Amino acid sequence: MLQDKDRIFTDIYGEKGPGLAEARARGDYDGLKDLILTGREAIVDAVKKSGLRGRGGAGFPTGLKWSFMPKETDGGPVYLVVNADESEPGTCKDREIMRHEPHKLVEGCILAAVGMGCTAGYIYIRGEFVREGERLQRAIDEAYEAGLLGRDIAGSGFDFELYLHRGAGAYICGEETGLLESLEGKKGQPRLKPPFPAMVGLYGRPSTVNNVETIAQVPAILRRGADWFAGLGRENNTGTKLFCISGHVNHPCTVEEEMSIPLRELVDKHCGGVRGGWDNLKAVIPGGSSVPLIPKSVCDEIRLDFDDLKNAQTGLGTAGVIVMDRSTDVVKAICRLSKFYMHESCGQCTPCREGTGWLWRVMTRLVEGRARPEEIDMLFDVSREIEGHTICALGDAAAWPVQGLIRHFRQEIEDRIKRQQAAPAMAAAS
Amino acid sequence: MPKLTIDGIEVEVPAGATVFQACELAGREVPHFCYHPRLNIAGNCRMCLVEVEKAPKPVASCAMPAADGMVVHTASEKAKRAQQGVLELLLINHPLDCPICDQGGECDLQDLTLFYGPDSSRFAENKRPVADKYMGPLISTHMTRCIHCTRCVRFANEIAGVEELGATGRGEDMEITTYLEHAVTSELSGNVIDLCPVGALNSKPYEYSARTWELKKHESVDVMDAVGSNIRVDVRGNEVMRILPRLHEDVNEEWISDKTRFVYDGLKKRRLDRPWVKRDGKLEAADWRGAMAAIRSRLDGVAATKIAAIAGDQADLEAMAALKDLMGALGSPNLDCRQDGAKLEGARAGWLFNTTIAGIEQADALLLVGAFPRYEASLVNARIRKRQRMGGFEIGRIGCPGDLTYPTTEVGAGPQSLADLLAGEHSFGEVLEKAERPMVIVGPGALARPDGAAVLAKAREAAERFGMVTDDWNGFNVLHTAASRVGGMDLGLVPGEGGRDVEGILRGARTGEIEVVYLLGADELDTRGLENAFVIYQGSHGDAGARVADVILPGAAYTEKAATWVNLEGRPQRSKLTAFPPGEAKEDWRILRALSEVLDQKLPYDTPAQLRRRIVEPAPRLGRIDRIEAAPWAEFGAAGKLDDAPFVSPIADFYRTCAISRASAVMEACVEEIRGQQLKATGSDD
Repeated sequence: MLQDKDRIFTDIYGEKGPGLAEARARGDYDGLKDLILTGREAIVDAVKKSGLRGRGGAGFPTGLKWSFMPKETDGGPVYLVVNADESEPGTCKDREIMRHEPHKLVEGCILAAVGMGCTAGYIYIRGEFVREGERLQRAIDEAYEAGLLGRDIAGSGFDFELYLHRGAGAYICGEETGLLESLEGKKGQPRLKPPFPAMVGLYGRPSTVNNVETIAQVPAILRRGADWFAGLGRENNTGTKLFCISGHVNHPCTVEEEMSIPLRELVDKHCGGVRGGWDNLKAVIPGGSSVPLIPKSVCDEIRLDFDDLKNAQTGLGTAGVIVMDRSTDVVKAICRLSKFYMHESCGQCTPCREGTGWLWRVMTRLVEGRARPEEIDMLFDVSREIEGHTICALGDAAAWPVQGLIRHFRQEIEDRIKRQQAAPAMAAAS
Repeated sequence: MPKLTIDGIEVEVPAGATVFQACELAGREVPHFCYHPRLNIAGNCRMCLVEVEKAPKPVASCAMPAADGMVVHTASEKAKRAQQGVLELLLINHPLDCPICDQGGECDLQDLTLFYGPDSSRFAENKRPVADKYMGPLISTHMTRCIHCTRCVRFANEIAGVEELGATGRGEDMEITTYLEHAVTSELSGNVIDLCPVGALNSKPYEYSARTWELKKHESVDVMDAVGSNIRVDVRGNEVMRILPRLHEDVNEEWISDKTRFVYDGLKKRRLDRPWVKRDGKLEAADWRGAMAAIRSRLDGVAATKIAAIAGDQADLEAMAALKDLMGALGSPNLDCRQDGAKLEGARAGWLFNTTIAGIEQADALLLVGAFPRYEASLVNARIRKRQRMGGFEIGRIGCPGDLTYPTTEVGAGPQSLADLLAGEHSFGEVLEKAERPMVIVGPGALARPDGAAVLAKAREAAERFGMVTDDWNGFNVLHTAASRVGGMDLGLVPGEGGRDVEGILRGARTGEIEVVYLLGADELDTRGLENAFVIYQGSHGDAGARVADVILPGAAYTEKAATWVNLEGRPQRSKLTAFPPGEAKEDWRILRALSEVLDQKLPYDTPAQLRRRIVEPAPRLGRIDRIEAAPWAEFGAAGKLDDAPFVSPIADFYRTCAISRASAVMEACVEEIRGQQLKATGSDD
């Protein structure tokens, strides 16, 4: 269990206040000038050494990603883009950071900008986060007033502009390149890769898109050392992580914990356990709605980190842990997710545009058992036709929950179909 | 030069090529819908997925740059599975209405389904219906069939330069539509019909009128403008059913203008299908013999200098040669092919598009003088836009304001601005000076005016002053609107010694100095005053010329004869006989040949081959079909006083420029819908 001294987000519950003075009291911006002056390579090296992996869902090593940015440019702008379009169902971590620790994000932006030679940064915030946007804007304004943004930041000679941009509420605009399109004022449709944003990104310039949590963790890593961060968690899954536990637990919460914490420990220690006790657990979606669910049998032993979850054919995703107890109609739950992905598909490429609707329609019938048993296999096959064939990962995200359901709860679906088929006969008999 | 292995075949591809192009080079076909070599890559249909070794997922080959050492499998189990999966998904919401779909028989989706499609559907849900969208009088829509490849959207944005097509909605609710369901205000809009891989966008005039396999396909050339677009004329029986573009990289690439594509209904209306002779002020039906006899009796005793002939904008080389020979035999010097009064004269380089259409892509600066290529030669305009989109191409413009679909620097309005530019009084001069291969396009708006020869001389001066003419580059260009113009000039259909030009002929007819006027398909004239003269009209349509005629000789339209036209680059191209002329109408040169015999001036040729030999003998280049011969730089134009009047394009109405287009109901509808909308959009509506 994470000790208080290792906590990065010391005010994630907003007990001390989001202002600059309070943030400074917590240690933010402490020695910022010296950190900036350590220089580009030192910062990237430290982030690499810390083992920090992207907190937005894909888990790509952050230091490596930063090192893709061109070392020498033609002198034009280079952009840092922060993805604050937190829309993954079951996830509410970035929101807490922006609400209560906005200066961690601002400082992180400055240091990330040094690490990549960025001239300007854009924070693309989800449109529904009205108050969070206000808080964040206030933090940016405060930083400008205090000389922590703009020209000659903290007397270091480093210049960096930071802007806040509000989205309009489309899930797909949280996808890296869909976000860039939206930021440019176009329809939020993901771009083809390659070219990757590090070469051709925002407005055609080199850009890096990072998640809020990733960026907000950077100052602590630089200040306390890569070894400290790497010492938390386990190999390849280092540091701390904000977990958002929702669903059938006694006390749903967002909590910072050490990476690789066992799921059961997380739920029992921070959430007061599963409603009705651990044995009442049916399944957990461990990483936001996009990853396949895992049944209780897997939950018993699993650790919450990138690799362990991957081995269990699911993923850490955003670490939005959705707990479902035995009262849950798990088929209906996944059906609802299918509807979500159908609604949020951008419509650009074929498998996702056509496939998500197909998945949802079959799922709706499965909820009531109005299907033939062989349609379960067909559904799985269709989900495989979508997975990996699309421009962005939304297709995968739509396919995985359905695959997880079939993998672990096939019996339940079959039972339903049988019951439905038997229903008219029973009605006739009575 | 990356080297790849594709299905075991090693290929070396140019740097920057995609995996898709590499597959093509290796002779491996990859199924695709959204990819089109002339449009930006969208990568959205996902049909071209292939397996690339070491890549975790199938790769969209159209969007993936080819890299050295790649090992690609286009038909492996994994690739096939991906392709078949995508096709199944494309089909689930596509209606199974091929039997009533116009695209049937030439549909990409149909073809690919044959090879990659499932044999039966697993989709048990209801298909998604989509309401059809209104896109104007040319494009009919069946949006339920749309597979969202966005080719049409990309064409409109990139090639046509009108941002009016787009997609609304998201996910499976995504729909292609025009802005507020207005007609597409592009003169190239019909090309989206060809681009559409399914039957979502169809030709409205052609719809439900024929099946593709019933049509006989003839390769021909277009005469709606001087570009000489290569076309395919599809005919059923003796009726032209539709016109499609034919690939010619140096002329029209694979596009044609809407006028070229949709004008064919004008071929069936207002046709002159028998000779007519005016008696007591009224036209009466006659036979060939009677009409010829009427001409002979009227010409009897008329002095040769009182006879004149004018060749119209769509006259073919053969007919013009016969007309010239006939006038020569009669001894009349009053002959002109410059119906619009353009002051073309002097050396051949002075009436050619010397840079060539494809050559525009090599230029690095352009000056438009009295030209509005968008409506005067739409595909030249498309080529200019293509060059402009490549970057490093500044375009200056003198006169003829309006939206050309690309940004221009306004240099002035009339001849004086050209003089000022030469005097170094406009900053665009520096652009031209710095350019390595600058070009100028002198349009009809600059030449068809009293000071046209002086403007031509000034433009020539500009070409020399700004280094547009060097040993390996000729940047001087004249833009014509008439398909017949370059051919006429090449044949020398200009007034002989002491002869009258078009203006002189018309003036003479008014005063009585000219008694007989022979109009070879000439309709775009000021026909007032021709009433006084004896007018012989030879042509295909009952238009302005026929209205003032005393004798009408019915000719063939451009699809009804095997004839030659020389396009604005000086490229001779030959059409084919695709349908017979209606009624008693005949090929034009044959009419002139027959008349010559009646007039006792028998022309020395009886077959097309003999006539062509007569044409080619003095100018062998006219016989070299589809070949261009560069014209040597020499004197043309004439110094003179420049007028103050601004340049004005002669084409006020793109959809009605000739007898055929004026007879076309489709073009009429375009005028109302599209032209009306454009005028409103630019605020010049009164």
